[in-house]
Amino acid sequence: MSRPEPVTQVKRRRDLALSVIVNQVPYIEFLGVRFDRHGDELTATMGFHEDLIGNPILPALHGGATAAFLEITAIIGLSWSTLWDDIEAERLDVEAVQNGALVLPKTIDFTVDYLRTGLPRDAYARARVNRSGRRYASVHVEAWQDNRDRLFAQASGHFLMPQRHG
Amino acid sequence: MTQDQMTAARQFIDAIPHSRRLGMQLEELGDGRAIISMPYDSALIGDPVTKVIHGGAVSALMDTAGGAAVVAHPLAGLGTATLDLRIDYMRPATPGQTITATAECYHVTRTVAFVRATACDEDTGRPVATATGAFTVAKASP
Repeated sequence: MSRPEPVTQVKRRRDLALSVIVNQVPYIEFLGVRFDRHGDELTATMGFHEDLIGNPILPALHGGATAAFLEITAIIGLSWSTLWDDIEAERLDVEAVQNGALVLPKTIDFTVDYLRTGLPRDAYARARVNRSGRRYASVHVEAWQDNRDRLFAQASGHFLMPQRHG
Repeated sequence: MTQDQMTAARQFIDAIPHSRRLGMQLEELGDGRAIISMPYDSALIGDPVTKVIHGGAVSALMDTAGGAAVVAHPLAGLGTATLDLRIDYMRPATPGQTITATAECYHVTRTVAFVRATACDEDTGRPVATATGAFTVAKASP
């Protein structure tokens, strides 16, 4: 019986895959969003900065920044879940992804529900893929700040899946 | 809306940090109506293969235009927050082109403002995205 893959090697492979996917999208960096991984679970963080403010008087996060944060979380979460098997089987061609071969799901529609004022501090989000078919996927995202049980926004959207050939 | 109210609304919109960061320009402001443009910027790319702007930036543009239309409505006060926003993406925006959103606040109650918006690139006959949203109405000062 073959021994299981060493944990450091597993983590290195998964983290490399995640970073090359995320680094392909300039807007993720623009908004200051990063992803933390525990096993296959991703948590997105949007680190607070002044440029995210929509209402300077309150102050509060811009609804558009919140929407974008949720949409980024949904797209990366969906892409990650569909690529997971390839990553685990060491079939993901990291070099090809870096050279622009990664085709991301395209948003068809996206509905954001604003539950509370976005405070001027870090925000977190996780996506749940409710349905992932060959052509379409449905994804739900939840976002919170200080307290996981007090969501400040949630969203759901439909996505067109990249077509795989061969 | 009086000229003073319109000037206040214009200043309010021009001072939004996130909208400024995205390069948004207020093009037109009328009763319950706003037109805001966002120039193409490679930092906003969402699709590395096609260089198309990220949907999130289009959402931010729609949200700003929607909020601006509410603030410019004669029955809504200065200041609003989004309750919900739904965006439908009809086609990818052409890379290199400015995206312009036109928002209309078509109904206002004492508590809620209803908005619809359309975003186009230079091909104005084929919208890039449409949006519908509900926004809060600022309480009238006692």
